[in-house]
Amino acid sequence: MKYLGLVLANLGRHKLRSILTILSVALALFLFASLRSVTTTLAATAQLGGARRLVTTNATGIVFVLPLAYGNRIKALPGVTGLSWANWFGGRYGDGKSFFANFAVDPESYLKMYPEFIIPADQREAFLRDRTGALIGKRLLRQFGWKVGQNVTLQGTIFPGDWTFTVDAVYTPSDPSLGDDALVFHHEYFDERIGRAGIAGWYIVEIDDPAHAPQIAKAIDDMFRNSSSPTKTGTEKEFQASFATMWGNVSFLMSTIGLAVVFAILLVTANAMMMSARERTGEIAVLKTVGFSDRLLFALTMVEAGALALTGAALGLGAAKLFYPAINFNGAGFLPGFKVATSTLVVGTLVAIGLMLASGLVPAVRAARLPVVQALRKVE
Amino acid sequence: MIPIVYNVRSVVQRPLSTALTALGVGLVVAVFIGMLALANGFSAALAKTGSDRNVIILRKGADSELSSGLGRDVASMISADPHVATGPDGHPLVSPEVYVLIPMAKSFDTTQMANVVVRGVSDQAWQVRNNVTITAGQKPTSGRAEVCVGSRLTQRFPHTKVGQTLRFAGRDWTVSCNFSAAGSAFESEVWGENEQFMPVFRGEVFQSITFRLKDPAAFTEAQRALQADKRFTVDAHREAEFYAQQSQLLGRILSFLAVMITGIMAVGAVFGAINTMYAAIASRAPEIGVLLTLGFKPGSVLLSFLAESAFIALIGGVLGCLFALPLNGIVTSTTNWSSFSEIAFSFRVTPALLLVGMIFAVVMGIVGGFFPALRAARLQVVKALR
Repeated sequence: MKYLGLVLANLGRHKLRSILTILSVALALFLFASLRSVTTTLAATAQLGGARRLVTTNATGIVFVLPLAYGNRIKALPGVTGLSWANWFGGRYGDGKSFFANFAVDPESYLKMYPEFIIPADQREAFLRDRTGALIGKRLLRQFGWKVGQNVTLQGTIFPGDWTFTVDAVYTPSDPSLGDDALVFHHEYFDERIGRAGIAGWYIVEIDDPAHAPQIAKAIDDMFRNSSSPTKTGTEKEFQASFATMWGNVSFLMSTIGLAVVFAILLVTANAMMMSARERTGEIAVLKTVGFSDRLLFALTMVEAGALALTGAALGLGAAKLFYPAINFNGAGFLPGFKVATSTLVVGTLVAIGLMLASGLVPAVRAARLPVVQALRKVE
Repeated sequence: MIPIVYNVRSVVQRPLSTALTALGVGLVVAVFIGMLALANGFSAALAKTGSDRNVIILRKGADSELSSGLGRDVASMISADPHVATGPDGHPLVSPEVYVLIPMAKSFDTTQMANVVVRGVSDQAWQVRNNVTITAGQKPTSGRAEVCVGSRLTQRFPHTKVGQTLRFAGRDWTVSCNFSAAGSAFESEVWGENEQFMPVFRGEVFQSITFRLKDPAAFTEAQRALQADKRFTVDAHREAEFYAQQSQLLGRILSFLAVMITGIMAVGAVFGAINTMYAAIASRAPEIGVLLTLGFKPGSVLLSFLAESAFIALIGGVLGCLFALPLNGIVTSTTNWSSFSEIAFSFRVTPALLLVGMIFAVVMGIVGGFFPALRAARLQVVKALR
């Protein structure tokens, strides 16, 4: 501890240099944490989904619908404890530049199926009673400046025309990965407006035991195999994961870039740290002359490198951890529940320790091994 | 002026430190070029998809082909429109199209599904889209269950080569040909006859109608006439603009990421470069003292060190270009969220992009070298020589 002053004095000698070094380490780790969080958030979204929920879609493709009559037949299967259905609406609000999910649901069964949507009891009642009511995520309140009780009008892209809904209720998701920027409204109203009752975009099937998922999924698909609209049933997790994999190689590219970024900045930083250590050859010789041991000098040099690297890491990782929640970042709706995971902080700290070793080891070994006479001769 | 040879020699004197700094700058430049090449390639694929001479008709308010729907009556009225060009055989050059997405498992990992565009076209489509050429096999015969598969799909999805059988919509389809389309998004599509796709998909409805303009300059007039027509409610877009617009969302995200990531990276690298130059100047103080004693003006010293820093960065820029160059042509794929379909495209490293990368490197060098060079120029001779 008594050498703390010495280390601090060394760091403070070239204040600008120390500050720049710390800042560049901080930037590298901020960027690293941000890019890694994109990958971890996508992975978390892919893991989403209740274990007891299956999703049934049209086997031909995501854009095809299913007859509403399938519902009763699915409900009658053994092991099925609940059923709900929904339809993608694809409406736009305003200039349509900010995208958000909106779909028609069967409200009663849907809310029962998704306890993850936390809604104040009175708002929930109001939404269930109001045929033209809408339930919205709390992000939309801020994004569009909507208020509870207000009428909002969406332009249908798939189902043309102006659709006006009353914002009756606002939900907060219990798991941020679910996203808080969807708008749902009554399926009944939807059927009435399009004049074509009896279609469902997808069914959500609640089952008694997650272990029965494969059999029940197969039973549903077998039932409709030879009908006009064959189905494809899987766990909700698989359904979610299929969206996450749609990014394809892009998320792999992100992590590659993340590594290149870290490596590039660390390279430059390590170089600067080594150069500044080299300047002090004379001083180290003096310290040795006054009795500092080789081991102590090795340790002091490493501590100095560590102080720079770890301060930078703390700043960069801390900034990433605080910054994204502060601006309520969700990647324009593509990355719901974006957060810097603890694992990212751990990996980031390991990177900083790596930097400490890479930049400190060479000067430290050199300091420890430095022959005093030769070093002092250099100093004029 | 201090001869540039002095700087080149100084740089060579410190090979390790120069190499590390240059490598750092090089990686920043490589990431910069790489990310812009990605955004570039994606936008280029969609920009090339449409032609300026074609018009695409969608139902009014539909923002993509997927959300549109047009009846047979609309298709026949448009075919009879005077703005539509006529082919050599006397038929109007118009293609009413069925557009759907089907899930297909990828070759390398069958658990990964992608939404592939299946487009039902008329016989005239092959003339309307004049960048489409059949690379293998024969055009699907009307009335038979045959499809033509875009060249970008054959590598990534099984059962897509000529003679193989593709299964979708509960039926088997023989792949009768493969086609290329100048690197455009059409290459990621499966084409077949519209009349065959109608009954198996969504029934008696087309999603879009594309036609060739008789007079390419008459687009505005044609658009006004069609949108004012009381018999149907449609939007008419110039085909090139329509597809370019479909790339906007993702193209913007990619470019934004490129600028943001490399911006932060560049600041970090500049900080590192400043440090390196400060350290270099501190260790060369006596040298600088000698230069000043010899009568070189502080201004020349400033310029000289700026040049040195720019030179190191330039080496980095060259390295960065060399790192990024092999990316050119590599095919990658992602979902275009505007149309919800999977699209394959290649990285496009253009000479302009390389030049921008080099300029970016030199700017980093100059910014990073400025304050250290200023310090060098302001050194007091007595102090420096002591």
